[in-house]
Amino acid sequence: MPDVSLIALTAQAFTGLVLGGILVLMAIGLSLIFGLMTVVNFAHGSFYMLGAYVAFSLLVLTKSFWATLVLAPLVVGTLGFLVERLLIRRLYGRSPDDPLLLTFGLSLAMVEGVKLVWGKVGLTVDPPRQLAAPVDLGFMTFPVYRLFVIAVTAVVLLALWLFLEKTNVGLIIRAGSRDALMVRALGLDLNRIWLLVFGIGIGMAGLAGVLAGPMRGVYAEMGVEIIIECFVVVVVGGMGSLAGAIIAGLLMGEIVSLTTFFAPKLAEIVVFVVMAVVLLVRPSGLFGEAGLAE
Amino acid sequence: MIQRAFGGLTAWVSAHPIVSFVVFFAIFPFLVPYESLATQVLIYGLFALGFNLLYGYTGLLSFGHAAYYGLGAYATGIALAKLKVTSLWLALGLGLAAAVVGGALVGFLCLRRRGIYFAMLTLAFAQMLYFIAFHAADLTGGDDGLRGIPLHPLGLPGTSLSLRHPLAFYFFAYVLVVLAVAGLKRILDSPFGAVLQAIRENSDRAVACGYDINRLKLLSFVFSALFAGLAGALDALRLTVVPVEALYWSTSGQVVIMTLLGGAGTFFGPFVGAATYLVLADRLSIFIEFWPLVIGVIFMAFVLFLPRGIWGTMTTRGVQR
Repeated sequence: MPDVSLIALTAQAFTGLVLGGILVLMAIGLSLIFGLMTVVNFAHGSFYMLGAYVAFSLLVLTKSFWATLVLAPLVVGTLGFLVERLLIRRLYGRSPDDPLLLTFGLSLAMVEGVKLVWGKVGLTVDPPRQLAAPVDLGFMTFPVYRLFVIAVTAVVLLALWLFLEKTNVGLIIRAGSRDALMVRALGLDLNRIWLLVFGIGIGMAGLAGVLAGPMRGVYAEMGVEIIIECFVVVVVGGMGSLAGAIIAGLLMGEIVSLTTFFAPKLAEIVVFVVMAVVLLVRPSGLFGEAGLAE
Repeated sequence: MIQRAFGGLTAWVSAHPIVSFVVFFAIFPFLVPYESLATQVLIYGLFALGFNLLYGYTGLLSFGHAAYYGLGAYATGIALAKLKVTSLWLALGLGLAAAVVGGALVGFLCLRRRGIYFAMLTLAFAQMLYFIAFHAADLTGGDDGLRGIPLHPLGLPGTSLSLRHPLAFYFFAYVLVVLAVAGLKRILDSPFGAVLQAIRENSDRAVACGYDINRLKLLSFVFSALFAGLAGALDALRLTVVPVEALYWSTSGQVVIMTLLGGAGTFFGPFVGAATYLVLADRLSIFIEFWPLVIGVIFMAFVLFLPRGIWGTMTTRGVQR
């Protein structure tokens, strides 16, 4: 066993929070899209990957990290609009397997498309100069960029919560995920709401990719790796449950991070073991309502 | 005229599936550019056949069938390369056993969640096996793959047969795949097979009819894993190596694509799909480095516009005319 100092352990727990934050940003979008339109978006991870690549190019173009941070999710979110409008919309009313299959094909095409445009070799992105240095927290030092990622995640989650709880559109979204037929019967245009939610979810995936790039590198397979982790998060948290996605995402981040510390080889396996245990003990997930879209 | 003859042919093939299969695949290796492509079509067709039993006939979409293909491949490979088993039959049997046990365990866990979760769970557990194989390098060879699988002569009553010639190996695989195809036909024609299709069409009604659908789904899952495991075991012998990618999600994705290209829920769809995919990949990779991009786009077009797949579209048209 390595020399366990409390400070090293705390640092690792912070790293877990960063990883968890990225997972939460991804899983919430996935969960929101599923809750509203019962579409499991396999390509969600690929939009995360695309976010990281677009950020790389925008950084070269604009030379400003802050502009990139805003623009890249918008670019990716706009692509999300197009995908919903041109592809996924055709499949509403068919088996929920069909959008999953379609987006699987899409993610396959996107992985190769990205290699075609940006090359097969992975890219590296530097964090902005203002955030590159480590900060002294009094009892330990920690990279500022990672604290920044935690802060951005928190701000985005707060904004999303305010949007869903305090605005009229948010009200329609929540109503639509409970009973789409009734919302339509009340004369509301759900197609536009679906388009919007899909765009928001994809934009959040893009943002997660932008944030993850400087920490984890930018490569074509990063999307499929994270989508599988996200699936674990939504299975553990309960699909369609935002609180579940947040808690399960943070939990998974901590579990991976702390296992990496104690037994690096097991880090990739332990999330699946946790998932299996949750399935045995609480089949509907920690926060899932049994029977939701099953 | 040509269309009518064609429709008649597909109708006859659909009515006599086993005879058609036996005849067609007896001449198949002489129709393709090289024999090993024919063997690949047989083995991947068998893999897709297993997937099709679960998705096409029972309505359960698994995104993790690499797990059972990989378990079959690794167990057979480890038996021959590490445990020094000399009987191919025993090694194949161990491969099948590993796939069945793995299928029963994972199937039990995945069936605790229904609907769309099922696909995610199967994918997650398959990826877990991939990571285990990746890290257990002593047993599996890890990232380098399991190498040095000896292809012993096949023991038959009173004699033994070398499988080194590609055609000899093809016909060895052919006999086993024909048995598997006949087995699938037997399953589909049985009351059990009828209930599986009832579950696909309307699982609530199947429950109302008094069937224990979770047990039947699990049984379908295990049979499906058995076919996938046999395919994996045969592929380990064909390649004499098991790459760790055998367990990777991309392998699961391949079998999904093949089955849907050919036609999910149709008897020959998996083989038509496997042949289409492998020939496409073989030809495309000559011209385009990023050929999976083309496959991905074709696959999306099939999901959108041809959900019955090639064989499904051909046979429905044949019946209608």
